[in-house]
Amino acid sequence: MTTDTITTSTGQAILDARGVTMRFGGLTAVRNVDFTVNAGEIVGLIGPNGAGKTTFFNCLTGLYIPTEGEVRYKGNILPPKSFKVTAAGIARTFQNIRLFANMTVLENVLVGHHTRTKEGFWSAVLRLPSFHRAEGASRERAMELLQFVGLDKKADHLARNLPYGEQRKLEIARALASEPGLLLLDEPTAGMNPQETRATEELVFAIRDKGIAVLVIEHDMRFIFNLCDRVSVLVQGEKLVEGDSATVQGDERVIAAYLGEPFANEPGGEEVAEVEAAEAAPGKENDR
Amino acid sequence: MTTQTTATDTATATSGKHAGLIGIPPKAGLALALGGSVLTIISTFMAWTWTSAFPGDLTVYGYPGGLQVLVLIGGILSTLFCLAAYGVKGLGWLVPAGPDAAIKLATIATFATAWYTVLAISFDLGGVVNLEPGGYLAAIGSLAALLGAFALPFERPEPDPYDPDDTGWELFKHKAGYKWTTFKAAFATGTPRRVGKLPSYVEILIIVAIMALGLTVFTYGIGTEYDELFIGFLITAGLGFAALSKAGLIAQASQITARHQNITICGAFTAAALFPFTQTDDQYATIGVYILIFATVALGLNIVVGLAGLLDLGYVAFLGVGAYAAALVSGSPSSPFDVHFPFWAAVLVGAGASLVFGVLIGAPTLRLRGDYLAIVTLGFGEIFRITANNLDGTSGPDLTNGSNGISSIPNLNILGFDFGAVHTFGGFTIGRFANYFFLMLIVTAVVVTVFRRSSDSRIGRAWVAIREDETAALAMGINGFRVKLIAFAVGASLAGLAGTVQAHVTYTVTPEQYLFAGVIPPNSAFLLAAVVLGGMGTISGPLVGAALLFLIPNKLQFLGDYQLLAFGVALILLMRFRPEGLIPNRRRQLEFHEDAEPPTVLTKTGA
Repeated sequence: MTTDTITTSTGQAILDARGVTMRFGGLTAVRNVDFTVNAGEIVGLIGPNGAGKTTFFNCLTGLYIPTEGEVRYKGNILPPKSFKVTAAGIARTFQNIRLFANMTVLENVLVGHHTRTKEGFWSAVLRLPSFHRAEGASRERAMELLQFVGLDKKADHLARNLPYGEQRKLEIARALASEPGLLLLDEPTAGMNPQETRATEELVFAIRDKGIAVLVIEHDMRFIFNLCDRVSVLVQGEKLVEGDSATVQGDERVIAAYLGEPFANEPGGEEVAEVEAAEAAPGKENDR
Repeated sequence: MTTQTTATDTATATSGKHAGLIGIPPKAGLALALGGSVLTIISTFMAWTWTSAFPGDLTVYGYPGGLQVLVLIGGILSTLFCLAAYGVKGLGWLVPAGPDAAIKLATIATFATAWYTVLAISFDLGGVVNLEPGGYLAAIGSLAALLGAFALPFERPEPDPYDPDDTGWELFKHKAGYKWTTFKAAFATGTPRRVGKLPSYVEILIIVAIMALGLTVFTYGIGTEYDELFIGFLITAGLGFAALSKAGLIAQASQITARHQNITICGAFTAAALFPFTQTDDQYATIGVYILIFATVALGLNIVVGLAGLLDLGYVAFLGVGAYAAALVSGSPSSPFDVHFPFWAAVLVGAGASLVFGVLIGAPTLRLRGDYLAIVTLGFGEIFRITANNLDGTSGPDLTNGSNGISSIPNLNILGFDFGAVHTFGGFTIGRFANYFFLMLIVTAVVVTVFRRSSDSRIGRAWVAIREDETAALAMGINGFRVKLIAFAVGASLAGLAGTVQAHVTYTVTPEQYLFAGVIPPNSAFLLAAVVLGGMGTISGPLVGAALLFLIPNKLQFLGDYQLLAFGVALILLMRFRPEGLIPNRRRQLEFHEDAEPPTVLTKTGA
């Protein structure tokens, strides 16, 4: 087993969300969340379904602009467009894989490198030496990244033909190609078997060792607690606990949020009435 | 569900897995196919009818004429394939993917052309009595060859077990489905062996031969003088191409051309440039130049639709803007500006005006996605036409001369070369339209270069990424709006570039040349159809699509008012059976046929 790296967060905060609130009409999906990611840290964000993880995630990637509060990356407020956020240095992957399915593996990574290159339309048409230089450098960089995730042998394959686990890896490589300072992984092990999950774990550590901070949203608790230096728990839009794995694992409120409160006393009269009303309701569904 | 499987059909079990579609022994079938094909060849040297009332003069013994030539070509093709099936030395290269399916399609081609001719003679002249022995011989020979070919063995698919509880209708559907798969399996062919590395000069010679063949076929098609011959040409060319493809020759040819892409493109342009020299008068060069204009604009649209995935239904407006801009500065007496720009300046004005127009339309509309964009561009296309109609001095400022358009546009004169005059080069007469054909070919070359180079670059990848998944592309740091606007503007200015030449070719620019849908290409609907029909995201696709879409209505005048109907039906059929277009981009092919052979490796950007 990989040892838990319980480093105290000595790095400087690169992502700093303060008082982030996100309302959709009358619904408050995220309420007054403070959140930081320090340089060189792996931070986990967990919470039961519907806790507002994805909404908060979207606030960090420029898809949503928080109703209140602000998100700063390296001291600057995040721009409101997702491509500008990527250019600023935050890269992301998607919960349900969103590769460019009909492009090759290499091309996918090259697209990820888009923000770090400048060649425009005229450069492409005129093909001056500078074009070939930049294109060559991009390809070299892309191949390095593919080697890093172990896909360099499959550079010419179509992305759609890769097996599931490799598509996940390719998505990470594509995100890394934008040379981020912070990588956001949205459920990177969803649908993976234990071996693949282990491999992803190693990959995330390797990314951290490159000096890139990582924020992971995950359901797989073992994965999160193995991986993260710090874990935040989001419940019903609010941050419940934050701390290292041991603290969070032992917190009663977290267990309660996931498994429910143990019954302290008899079900209240209210609940009993509710259940009875539901049973007495005309059984239309049952008749069918 | 509990499905009980019954034993497979006993009839198919007894007839064996390797039987033909009809019950003739395979060996006899091959002999029959060969004999029939030879008979067909012989018949083309005989008279098929007694009177020269049927066009093409099929009354002579000794040499074939008109439709007989097409039948002869089909006959030779099937004979060669049959001989290759017998293992005749020196013919093995003809069938790298196995001869059987190729023989079937070649005999179908011969049969269809021969029977079409025989039936056309009987109908035109009123009865089979007008047929001479040669006609009967052709009909019998080609039928025999077809029957023989259908007796060739093929790998029958395993019948699916069926559910005995099925209702009669479900059973019928199941059986019909199996019959259809069997029928399709009869035309299945193996994968052609890869072409070994040949010396480069041999490969280049092969490319030259392919180009020469292409030029010959195109010249023949464009020069067909009567409806029957053109229909016969379409039948022979289409089915013949299918036969070559089943034989595996097309796959091998594309392997060779993929190895020498630049030479292939240069060869294609050389072949196209030779086209006017094959003509004695300017009649077909006219068609040639119109096809080129249409094809070039379709290729420009392919950047917008095929690469960036933006459905533009008003693209012809950019051609119109370019043409109007060039016409206004051409020194035409009906232009309100009394200026006569040299051609290079007119090109800049035309392409520049289209660029501005493209950015003006694109900036507000490109924030929309999908269907909305299509509707807005459709609207803008119409706005352009109606505006051009109204800027006549009465309903608006006098700029475009209203529905009369700008007429009497003078001929171009570049460096003392007068495009209106007839020139003679080494014994070849090159008329006005041929002059413009050469000019247009240069414009096409420019568009091809822009397409190729931009598609294989950072900006081209960004276009494809936007097409594939816009949200993911944005998350990868691509400024979607900006990149789409560039695609839109590039497409617009390329169309404007073609427009500047078009204005001079047609003498007159009127608003009615730039409709959404009409009988005469180019119009927005036909442009889009050329791209979709030919194959999105490829270079050769729109060129072939445009040539077909121009030639077919032009040659089949008798269809008259039904042209658009026929066009619609043809498009529906194509989208049903070959949604990736005639010349598919390899990406697209994978997209539509998931179960097709999995060529996991994609070496080139499918150009």
